[in-house]
Amino acid sequence: MIEVKNLTKLYGDFIAVDNISFTVNKGEIVGFLGPNGAGKTTTMKMLTCYLSPNKGEIKLNNLDVFENSLDVRKNIGYLPENTPVYEDLNVIESLEFFAQIHHIDTEKRDKAIKRVIESCGLGEKLKNEVSELSKGYKQRLGLAQALIHNPDILILDEPTTGLDPNQIAEIRDLIKEIGKNKTIILSTHILSEVEATCDRVIIINRGKIVGQDTPEGLKLRSEAANVVYIEFEGKLREAEEILRQIEGVKNLYKVDCDLPKVHRLRIETENDLDLRKEINHALQKNEMELLEMRKEKASLEEVFRQLTSN
Amino acid sequence: MRNIFAIIKKELKIYFNSPIAYIFLVVFLLISSMMFFMDFFLLGRAEMRYFFEWLPIIFIPFIPAVTMRLWAEEKKQGTIELLLTLPIKDIEVVIGKYAATSLFILLSLVLTFSIPLILGILGNPDWGVIFTSYFGSFLLAISLIAIGMTISIFTSNQIIAWILSTAVFFILLLIGFPFFLNYTPEFLINFFENLGFMSHYRSFIIGVIDSSDIIYYLSLISLFLLINVIKLDSRRYR
Repeated sequence: MIEVKNLTKLYGDFIAVDNISFTVNKGEIVGFLGPNGAGKTTTMKMLTCYLSPNKGEIKLNNLDVFENSLDVRKNIGYLPENTPVYEDLNVIESLEFFAQIHHIDTEKRDKAIKRVIESCGLGEKLKNEVSELSKGYKQRLGLAQALIHNPDILILDEPTTGLDPNQIAEIRDLIKEIGKNKTIILSTHILSEVEATCDRVIIINRGKIVGQDTPEGLKLRSEAANVVYIEFEGKLREAEEILRQIEGVKNLYKVDCDLPKVHRLRIETENDLDLRKEINHALQKNEMELLEMRKEKASLEEVFRQLTSN
Repeated sequence: MRNIFAIIKKELKIYFNSPIAYIFLVVFLLISSMMFFMDFFLLGRAEMRYFFEWLPIIFIPFIPAVTMRLWAEEKKQGTIELLLTLPIKDIEVVIGKYAATSLFILLSLVLTFSIPLILGILGNPDWGVIFTSYFGSFLLAISLIAIGMTISIFTSNQIIAWILSTAVFFILLLIGFPFFLNYTPEFLINFFENLGFMSHYRSFIIGVIDSSDIIYYLSLISLFLLINVIKLDSRRYR
């Protein structure tokens, strides 16, 4: 479990993280979303005891990150940004080093190494120098290093950047699998990733949390969630008047259409109102033919842009 | 202790997995034995005095070559973040890295034992002097390692670390030489002479182990290792 309270970090005068609070429960995968420079990486560096905040409190499994720094770190698996790995070691040597530092006994060490090699798909590359590995394999090694001691908490900073679509899918499956009984926080700016893997999303912009919800919940916040397109036959003026009288309709825009006598309209409604029925009734009452009606699909992209563009 | 051993093992593996270690050892042995044999055949005496007089000068470019990557490379690759978020104390990382490099230099000194071996076969050298000289050289080397490592922690560029370390070592050597001291103001002569490492090194190669020299080296080492620990800790200042 991760508990963050009123966390603030300054770099000189620049406020990198501005008074943020959030909680991540056990068994939950939380996506940390935000544009570049929003403060994601800085927050993760503080969670892992690499940096100290100027203000605020972080508790991991009820242990304070500063008072019990070493104990906290025993339970963290951390994959830093850009997946740093030791280029001059080979895969086995790297994993052995991490196993040693985590005090995994010699008898259990081979088992632990075997486990992460299997789950991260490193089997073919055991004797390869890390510097010879492709980006995808380095990423897997980074994950294997983070998982070697079977930590309760995983902190992954952009775990899928630079991977090809197949590798991304594999890593996602892996994260989902691991996430069942661990606490995971991962940062990303790939939105489909959040939808695919995360139970909850925290959107951060300029150091502040601007949204915190499930991916579905966030989508509802999108302006797109309140847009209906219709295509009908009849008089445009008349139709516009009728539609404006429906309670909840905010705006109407004409959309170009090539067909004769057919008009297309974009109808913006007030939040969380589904007016499709009312629109249909109103048009029918006035003897206009409704040809098509479509509710615009909300996307996380749009919510993300709304929440983080200034 | 376990953590320190793990770090030592990792650092030594990194030295020996790359060509650095082998190139270093071969070139170091070649140059140091050359220095020995040049004077040896000229003078025909069963002693290593000239070898040990040349050694500090050989150390000046060579030791930065092994210390430059200690932190700079970790910073450049970003692995420092991995290392310092492991359940291990900063001081253990510092000591582990320092010990690994010191062991490596110890190995390169041990590999020069062929020289005293040849002397033993050909003549009758003063083993006591040879022992104190080796001891002094090792102390000097590990002091320079502590300084070089400290310089490496302030940059993420290995070349910069090498140049700065070489420059600092050169100055520390220079301020002990008479031709430099001749031009220094009188009240500084004593200070410079004691600060430079040559005055503390020379007694060892004539067979004298002076506690004040040992204290000089040990305090240099502890001071610079402490700077390493403080620098690592500084990222956590609020």
